[in-house]
Amino acid sequence: MAGTSPAATKWDAKEFSPRYGQDFRAGANRVKIRRFKMRQIAQALCAAAVAFAAAGSVDAATLDTVKQRGVLNCGANGTLPGFGLPDSQGNWTGLDVDFCRAVAAAIFNDAAKVKFIPTTASNRFAALQTGDIDVLARNTTWTLSRDAQGLNATGVNYYDGQGFIVRKALKVNSALGLNDAAICVQQGTTTELNLADYFRANRMRLKTVTFATLDEALKAYETNRCDAFTTDASGLYGSRLKLAKADDHVVLPEIISKEPLGPFVRQGDDQWFDIVKWVHFAMLNAEELNVNQKNVEEQMKSQNPEIKRLLGTEGNFGEQLGLTKDWVYRIVKLVGNYGEVFDRNVGQGSPLKIARGLNALWTKGGIQYAPPIR
Amino acid sequence: MARPWESAPGVPFYRDPKYRGIALQIGVCAALAYLAYIAIQIAADNLARSHVASGFGFWNVTAGFDISQTLIDYSPQSSTYGRAFWVGLLNTLVVAAVGIVLATILGFAIGVARLSRNYLVERLATCYVESIRNVPLLLQLLFWYNAVLNALPGFAASFVLPGGVLLNNRGLFLPRPLFGDGAQIFAVLAGAVLLAVIFNRIMRRRKGFWGAIGIRAAFTLAIAVALPVIVLSVTGTRIAFDYPQVSRFNVRGGLEVLPEFVALLLGLVVYTAAFIAEVVRAGLMSVSRGQTEAALALGLTRLQTLRLIVIPQAMRVIIPPLTSQYLNLTKNSSLAVAIGYPDLVQVFAGTVANQTNQPVEVIVITMLVYLSFSLSTSLVMNIYNARYALVER
Repeated sequence: MAGTSPAATKWDAKEFSPRYGQDFRAGANRVKIRRFKMRQIAQALCAAAVAFAAAGSVDAATLDTVKQRGVLNCGANGTLPGFGLPDSQGNWTGLDVDFCRAVAAAIFNDAAKVKFIPTTASNRFAALQTGDIDVLARNTTWTLSRDAQGLNATGVNYYDGQGFIVRKALKVNSALGLNDAAICVQQGTTTELNLADYFRANRMRLKTVTFATLDEALKAYETNRCDAFTTDASGLYGSRLKLAKADDHVVLPEIISKEPLGPFVRQGDDQWFDIVKWVHFAMLNAEELNVNQKNVEEQMKSQNPEIKRLLGTEGNFGEQLGLTKDWVYRIVKLVGNYGEVFDRNVGQGSPLKIARGLNALWTKGGIQYAPPIR
Repeated sequence: MARPWESAPGVPFYRDPKYRGIALQIGVCAALAYLAYIAIQIAADNLARSHVASGFGFWNVTAGFDISQTLIDYSPQSSTYGRAFWVGLLNTLVVAAVGIVLATILGFAIGVARLSRNYLVERLATCYVESIRNVPLLLQLLFWYNAVLNALPGFAASFVLPGGVLLNNRGLFLPRPLFGDGAQIFAVLAGAVLLAVIFNRIMRRRKGFWGAIGIRAAFTLAIAVALPVIVLSVTGTRIAFDYPQVSRFNVRGGLEVLPEFVALLLGLVVYTAAFIAEVVRAGLMSVSRGQTEAALALGLTRLQTLRLIVIPQAMRVIIPPLTSQYLNLTKNSSLAVAIGYPDLVQVFAGTVANQTNQPVEVIVITMLVYLSFSLSTSLVMNIYNARYALVER
């Protein structure tokens, strides 16, 4: 306290007087000092409150935040082969992982400027809504309630459906033969609800054993706790490879639900919503126009007006989104078109060898269809 | 003469330490309340801005997911999220209650064993305590779960135990008693137990033949068990059983004990017992050696010394930390989520929070539940402690 004001020093001795409060002049001075301190404290409190308020709110302009940060925060799976999984060196691979790289490529012209943040089925939406991640690409099913409750699905990068895997020794060849079976499932997913619905609709009895993560559920299935394991079909193929004896298990033919999986953003930032949505469409359009990683340099010289608009040699479509004219060139050059990404991660170029099926382009018998860039 | 609420003469109230103290406390409380208000306000604003639904409307919405262990009626098609909450709550309570009882028994046994004069017993108990309490509980749970699942035979090769009991890696299946006239049987049972307790109370003060503890215990047990059996067989009431039946994949009917429950219970009991053992050891050691020697000199047996002299005094030291261990066990039961036991956290804070996308409400409710569990356990133990505490004269 001494030294706060020169006047205070003079009466320092009295500070230690047991008859504290007897000397009015000293007291008055102390009160003044205290008032001064109170004001400081009040100011500090106000500042803290404002800082707290600012920290608590989610910034509206996600693109600016991402640019400022210099890196895209991507909520990824972390445990699902083909969709999101780091290898032993910490290199992430997967369809969803490459989607985030494509977004980073479009913004930074550098596909490596992504920080992958592993999320669980249970915490993924909270992570997105609190601003911990900018985009959630974690094989997440597009549903009405998710759209209505503060999230926006930006499209479908994988059309999936829920299936079952069982031991061959069980001699079951249809999901309808699973009456009374114990089934291992991951919690906090649409899977859990579809499972109960399917058994109810087919008047079958069910014993669900629910686990927090996919790996725990799979492990329990493997130790024979359950007769079947259920998740999205894409996940079943990946999970099957994780089993010690993959050949002892078989994926049943029934697909019991629609699972359109796609990247999500939070509501309230239309520009960011548009960017993430159009990165996917750009990758589809690139495949449709046969623009790929190998030929993209040549295609820059193409006279085809659609390719010119796609690669930004004509028009300013990227700029309309808040990006650059060559945004698609960056995506294709650094990451690839949708077909390439699919093949590399889940298709014929991967251990999963999943057929394109519904995920083929609309021109090739599938339902992947992107609106035009114009 | 100065009255207590008046400042010393000539001192304005704002310089009086007493008033200042009061003002400071009011100030701190107000600041805390304000901070809490701001936090809630910000949370509400952010939720509203990101269009997250709020409120408790989800409580009465149909849940639509299945739960593996339900102590009350529950079905995915007709039960609500609110019902799912109660299912999870009861599952937590049952594992905590059984766990507390078993951990107490095991913990006391180990704690006494650590003070044993038998070298082997003492060493074994020490090894137990040191190895168990130094390994994280989550790992132990995973160990027990895999141990339980791997040790038990597959469904097709179930162990068939006497009395129609089946044991396999899907669980332990017991015959479930079906009471034709449930109320009647319960009344007889309750009456017999009450009689036994009264008998025990009266006989406790007797000496001679009835004074021997063995005789008294035998008669008490006979009243509690034999009496209802005689009454029920005379009146001709029969208890029917719902026996577990083997079906295509599973066991139907009967009373089912999940392997997840067993693994969680084992993990919690073994882990908490190690801590309770240390608490008990500390308690017993707090009673000075002189007391034991004095008791023995007076001609009390070792058992009597323990029962009448050492334990009552040790309990004063044991109860407060024992309460903490009970609280820990209850809270640790939330690790159930790792091994698929449907406790409150797994069902409510996991599935319900995710399906409704209302984590704030759900987590607040869950925290309140654990808080009230803990406070009520504390309350009971404090009452017990007050009765056992040293009365100073």
